[in-house]
Amino acid sequence: MLNFNQIKTILSKKVVGIAGAGGLGSNCAASLVRSGLGKLIIADFDVVSQPNLNRQFYFHDQIGMNKTDALRDNLLRINPMCLLQIHNTRVTEENISLLFSVCDVVIEAFDDAEQKQMLIEYMLTNHPNIPLIAASGMAGCGNLEQISLIQSGNLIICGDGSSEVSYDNPPMAPKVGIVSNMQADVALQILLSQNENENNTK
Amino acid sequence: MKITLNNRQEEFNSETLTISQIMEIKSFHFKMLVVRLNDTLIKREEYSSTQVKNGDDLKIIHLVSGG
Repeated sequence: MLNFNQIKTILSKKVVGIAGAGGLGSNCAASLVRSGLGKLIIADFDVVSQPNLNRQFYFHDQIGMNKTDALRDNLLRINPMCLLQIHNTRVTEENISLLFSVCDVVIEAFDDAEQKQMLIEYMLTNHPNIPLIAASGMAGCGNLEQISLIQSGNLIICGDGSSEVSYDNPPMAPKVGIVSNMQADVALQILLSQNENENNTK
Repeated sequence: MKITLNNRQEEFNSETLTISQIMEIKSFHFKMLVVRLNDTLIKREEYSSTQVKNGDDLKIIHLVSGG
């Protein structure tokens, strides 16, 4: 078992990539920074809008800002010392390697299912050694018992796997918060165990 | 054959089945999927040619929008 100082020491040397700074990415980033993570690489092309505020880690006076700029401001208010590399760009197959190949763990935090699949397939094919934590299924409220983790090698998927966001089933703060924090928790677990393995082989 | 499908034990009457046949039997009709057979990624065009056999670990994960 590790105490919090030991945990922070290990995490301060780690780099996590977050693809997407919406409901999943912004909340996951906040938890990772609170935990003492050393460096985050965050990519998103979107701007903060009013409907985002029902679940995303942004504030009313940030409407109209680039999400990456707004998130940097908010994360630096939690820890002014954390290193943030932000990219105000859309994540595509052409830039995934440039953005995330140095990461110890990558978080899939997109909204759109096709984007999720694109990142998962690209990472599993081109960066199979980097653990990838994805999310699928977090719309509406209730049915929390359906939320689970599915692990297959270096791919872990959090969520209920079925509740799709639609006009009648919008994403809401509690469940998006739960799933994004599951992603953060899995990331911590992986990062701390990576360190254990390194020590064991020395 | 007995396989592990999405962390659960499943038994089928055939000796082997393709991934497409298993999807049909289990009524997986999703548009966006990630399929992993024994932790190897299987792409869409390989679903109908990839054989699953006794003891295999198959994951068919549904990707839905939201985040």
